[in-house]
Amino acid sequence: AKTKESVLKKMTRAVVGKKKVDDDVLDNLEEVLITSDVGVDTTIRIIERIEDRVARDRYINTSELNTILREEIVALLAENEYGETGNFELPSDKKPYVIMVVGVNGVGKTTTIGKLAHKYKSAGKSVVLGAADTFRAAAIEQLEIWANRVEVPLIKQKMGADPASVAFDTLSSAKSKGADVVIIDTAGRLHNKVNLMNELTKVKKVMDKIIPGAPHEILLVLDGSTGQNAFEQAKQFSKATEVTALAITKLDGTAKGGVVIGVSDQFKIPVKYIGIGEGVDDLQVFDRKAFVDSLFGD
Amino acid sequence: MFENLSERLERSFKILKGQGRITEINVAETLKDIRRALLDADVNYKTAKTFTETVKEKALGQNVLTAVKPQQMMVKIVHDELAQLMGGTSTDINLKGNPAVILIAGLQGSGKTTFSGKLANLIKSKRGKHPVLVAGDVYRPAAINQLQVLGEQIGVPVYTEEGNTDPVKIAKAGIKEAKAKGHDVVIIDTAGRLAIDEEMMNEISAIKEAVKPHETLFVVDAMTGQDAVNTAKEFNDRLDFDGVVLTKLDGDTRGGAAISIRSVVDKPIKFVGMGEKMDALDVFHPSRMADRILGMGDIVSLVEKA
Ligand SMILES: Nc1nc2c(ncn2[C@@H]2O[C@H](COP(=O)(O)OP(=O)(O)OP(=O)(O)O)[C@@H](O)[C@H]2O)c(=O)[nH]1
Ligand SMILES: Nc1nc2c(ncn2[C@@H]2O[C@H](COP(=O)(O)OP(=O)(O)OP(=O)(O)O)[C@@H](O)[C@H]2O)c(=O)[nH]1
Ligand SMILES: [Mg+2]
Ligand SMILES: [Mg+2]
Repeated sequence: AKTKESVLKKMTRAVVGKKKVDDDVLDNLEEVLITSDVGVDTTIRIIERIEDRVARDRYINTSELNTILREEIVALLAENEYGETGNFELPSDKKPYVIMVVGVNGVGKTTTIGKLAHKYKSAGKSVVLGAADTFRAAAIEQLEIWANRVEVPLIKQKMGADPASVAFDTLSSAKSKGADVVIIDTAGRLHNKVNLMNELTKVKKVMDKIIPGAPHEILLVLDGSTGQNAFEQAKQFSKATEVTALAITKLDGTAKGGVVIGVSDQFKIPVKYIGIGEGVDDLQVFDRKAFVDSLFGD
Repeated sequence: MFENLSERLERSFKILKGQGRITEINVAETLKDIRRALLDADVNYKTAKTFTETVKEKALGQNVLTAVKPQQMMVKIVHDELAQLMGGTSTDINLKGNPAVILIAGLQGSGKTTFSGKLANLIKSKRGKHPVLVAGDVYRPAAINQLQVLGEQIGVPVYTEEGNTDPVKIAKAGIKEAKAKGHDVVIIDTAGRLAIDEEMMNEISAIKEAVKPHETLFVVDAMTGQDAVNTAKEFNDRLDFDGVVLTKLDGDTRGGAAISIRSVVDKPIKFVGMGEKMDALDVFHPSRMADRILGMGDIVSLVEKA
């Protein structure tokens, strides 16, 4: 069972009989933030912001503290322009709209693509998938099963083929079909592998040759249970591909995914989606407030 | 991005210099640095706290006017404690049993299927055994296919039952077939599952109950953050596993999850995954892992020479 006591409860206990936010309260807050993977740096920043406000306003009771805390954390999450409904509308001047999905091994890229294809399709868009993970065993078959499941076409080549060539084929096909959205899967790769990161840059560049400006969106998928390494992932993938949005997966588990607060703040990349299961409907448009609420266990 | 511990200690130990002995007061800053280094490496919050206390106990009263620099002595204390906490020495897997049955479990995407292939490869090429892989993941799209491709790469047969949705039956039938064909090791790959997924956790318990494995291994991604403790504890409560496999250590994560897991379940880490290829598997070395978590190269051997 999820073992989480709400922060508010904890903090209330810590402030009982006290007039202001003191070390006990801040210690508690530190524990909550660190155990949510927020990280030491971001935690210190949040605590300092709260201390500042306490110093300014002098007296703060627990419920005020709770509100302030949430405000401060929401403020750290880069603003996203997608709105909270996520209607999966597309810019009319970018057709087909090309999304490239990247990330380290096993985070949920292929699954997220399946779910995303389903969302776009349900919104009335025509979707084409490209199986540019030609490396991992049965990666192509996995995406193919998703393509069949959500009933969208898939462009593929054989295992071991050049991923840039698959991307090329996919975009050419989508363009000639007049498709609305293209989503390109890529092989998982650890960001410290220079050759593999260069390959990703190459795959990206190829797309621009067929559809100028493509890819329009580069979605970095982060596993919600990842710790501080997510910072390096964001940094290196941004370097190689100019990441434009984040998806955080596996938030149906007990991990809080707090690391994205710091990542989003530091790199100014908005979180766009969250994954909450393995099923086709288990993808949600990110809602900053709801995310922060779940961080505090309510 | 993180400063390593020795650099940090260099700073905080300026205070200590010329004071002769480590005291509660002069070591406070250093302990803060140690705790911070551990948290940056994803060591669990509570584990880091307890650990820092232990280090303090060991350090208090130590004479720092000896040949070794005080920060180096501190680093050595921390390093040795970490290595100790992670088991001190390497632990092998149990291949006794005819056939020896090995059950693989863990969260989604942690690297179970890849590890299953690597382990089969290792057992075959280095231990002279004749393993068979059993495809017990009936959920993930193309999971069976994935294992088959790996089996082919390493020349190890894969037992599958296309269409059967009951992993308990598949596992039992796989063992039966292995026996009939004279295989001496059976490695059962299973679907990824969350510790809080009641149904799926019941399933893995049922598989374990049915096949009575000689070795149950819990596979975990080395990049895991603070949640590693919850997951490891839940899996261990359900499966009482024999060992842990830490994957994706070819990345640049510090891998503090190793300590957190060890401190909540007290089970040895047996293997580390060092890549996607079938030969990228190493035996776990606690001392190397301690170096890694602290983000230091050879400071420890340096201290040992001093
Ligand atoms: N519980 C849960 N599981 C997920 C979620 N997203 C993906 N998964 C599972 O995580 C595992 C890995 O997902 P994939 O989509 O194959 O990940 P990937 O990033 O494409 O992996 P590689 O291509 O091997 O790098 C699969 O078992 C998925 O079903 C999620 O939001 N929640
Ligand atoms: N770099 C690196 N990648 C690894 C390692 N182990 C596994 N992987 C990769 O991680 C991803 C997930 O591995 P899988 O073996 O499919 O993981 P799994 O636990 O079986 O996943 P599910 O069955 O979906 O739960 C794949 O891309 C693997 O190639 C490792 O040690 N290093
Ligand atoms: Mg994939
Ligand atoms: Mg698998």
